[in-house]
Amino acid sequence: MKYLVLAGAALATLAAALLLGPADLPLSDVPGSAIVWQLRLPRALLAFLVGGALGVAGTSLQALVRNPLADPFLLGLSGGAGLGAVAAIALHLPGPWALPLAAFVGAVGAMALVYRLGLVGGAELDPRILLLGGVAVGALAGAITTAIVSLAEATELRNAFLWLWGGFSGASWTTVLVMLAYAPLPLGVLVAAARPLDLLALGEEPAQYLGADVRRLKRVVYLAASLLTAAAVAVAGVIGFVGLVVPHVCRLLWGRLHRTLLPTAFLTGGVLLTAADTLARTVVAPRELPVGIVTALLGVPVFAFLLRRWTVS
Amino acid sequence: MDRELILALRGVTCRYPDAARDSLVAVSLEVRAGEFHAVLGPNGSGKTTLVRAALGLVRPVAGDVEVLGRPAPGWSRRDLARVAGVLPQREDNLFPQRVRETVLLGRYPHLSLVGGVGARDRAAVERALAACDATDLADRWLLTLSGGEYQRVRLARALAQEPRLLVLDEPTASLDLRHEMELFELVRTQVDAHGLGALMITHHVNLAARFADHVLILAEGRAVARGAPADVLTQETAAAAFQWPVVISTFDGRPQMIPLRNKENRP
Repeated sequence: MKYLVLAGAALATLAAALLLGPADLPLSDVPGSAIVWQLRLPRALLAFLVGGALGVAGTSLQALVRNPLADPFLLGLSGGAGLGAVAAIALHLPGPWALPLAAFVGAVGAMALVYRLGLVGGAELDPRILLLGGVAVGALAGAITTAIVSLAEATELRNAFLWLWGGFSGASWTTVLVMLAYAPLPLGVLVAAARPLDLLALGEEPAQYLGADVRRLKRVVYLAASLLTAAAVAVAGVIGFVGLVVPHVCRLLWGRLHRTLLPTAFLTGGVLLTAADTLARTVVAPRELPVGIVTALLGVPVFAFLLRRWTVS
Repeated sequence: MDRELILALRGVTCRYPDAARDSLVAVSLEVRAGEFHAVLGPNGSGKTTLVRAALGLVRPVAGDVEVLGRPAPGWSRRDLARVAGVLPQREDNLFPQRVRETVLLGRYPHLSLVGGVGARDRAAVERALAACDATDLADRWLLTLSGGEYQRVRLARALAQEPRLLVLDEPTASLDLRHEMELFELVRTQVDAHGLGALMITHHVNLAARFADHVLILAEGRAVARGAPADVLTQETAAAAFQWPVVISTFDGRPQMIPLRNKENRP
């Protein structure tokens, strides 16, 4: 039932994304329009994939660090991606893939650093160490980023900042295919870890007594969720709120077991981000809002409503 | 004929990294099917370490542990969870959850990666709920339960694992008299009816003496006494282990310990 609802919502959102836009297309022109096939469709699909990835990564990380406030960018990934992007622009790296690749490398570098910090002194990815490590690595990356910004020319950096705020204006069939090739592995790994993630919510010792290999689970989930987030940030910048809110929305609507939670978080994240992007490129057309602003404007009221329901029940 | 040996610790010594002394010193213990063992001892005497060593979370520096004849390091967490149900002292409740979902977690070690929850699993959950008198609680939110109800639900989760060994770490801490008695009765019933081996850490010396078949008293990591309650709970042993003067009385054929007040202690 819930999957039927979500599939319906996904189709409706994708249809709206194809029909709406600054170019006023008559309905009869839609099937054959290059605008639809080359711009709107890949853009909608990419937004859906990125929203789904962020929903799943956020859900998994909240379970991993056992903190409902966790979001996919908490562990230093946004700082690392930002540093990569700014460095690519300051160094004038050529080609259309330089920026996303540099952001990806920055995010993965931050991930590796936080991971290494999380193992120092036998800490075994203790959530507190991970969170503190994430904050520290984020601060370090932010400092270096600011140093580069203060030395570079202002105009070109505007691009870096706009890019960091997130958006899908650069979407193409190539980026869609890259995500389609990349995302299934980390997504599959996380779905396979669904049941042990349920157990982890009880704490590490109780989870082990119920059969979870916690040491391995934490490593695998951290790496898979971070790699998923790094890909999302590389193709779409830092889009806040989806990874924080979607897990809570899904938990409140469909329960907290990850077997259901992860797939519904993927679909809900996809629907939310596709809808947000459609709004971002239509409300102030022909200009565009950064999609992160729209996700926050859409997400906060929904979240507040659900929190109310939560506290009432 | 001897009953099946479920858990065996032989000369187990444990030491945490950077600790000044061993947490557990050469402790031995044998839990057989149908036996209820109680572990007594003051705070910091190594009771929880004993449980962690028995369940492979702490590797002994000396001695060995066997579960159902297989050395502890040879068990995967999943395989061990199919034969040992545990009520740890503490656990978190991060997200709102209903009672039946919680008990279903006890089936996880039995579920395959691709398979769903089957009729057998659902039956085990309902049986466990019924055994713990928690069927009426099944649709409640966990956070709305009283302390006693919550412990019954956690016991149901452990029973849903369909274990051979039941391990309970201070399950009646902060429970009132009725709930405390109910929990001891429940464990005793499970041990007698299904031949489980039970190992319970508790501070309730007198309830342990009345319900358990065997008592192990730990003090500073050493087993100071081990055996049937009547043999173990003598005035000298108890007073030395708990570092407080006591007298031992008898009720229903079992020793009962009464701590003395300071003024009663003076000759």
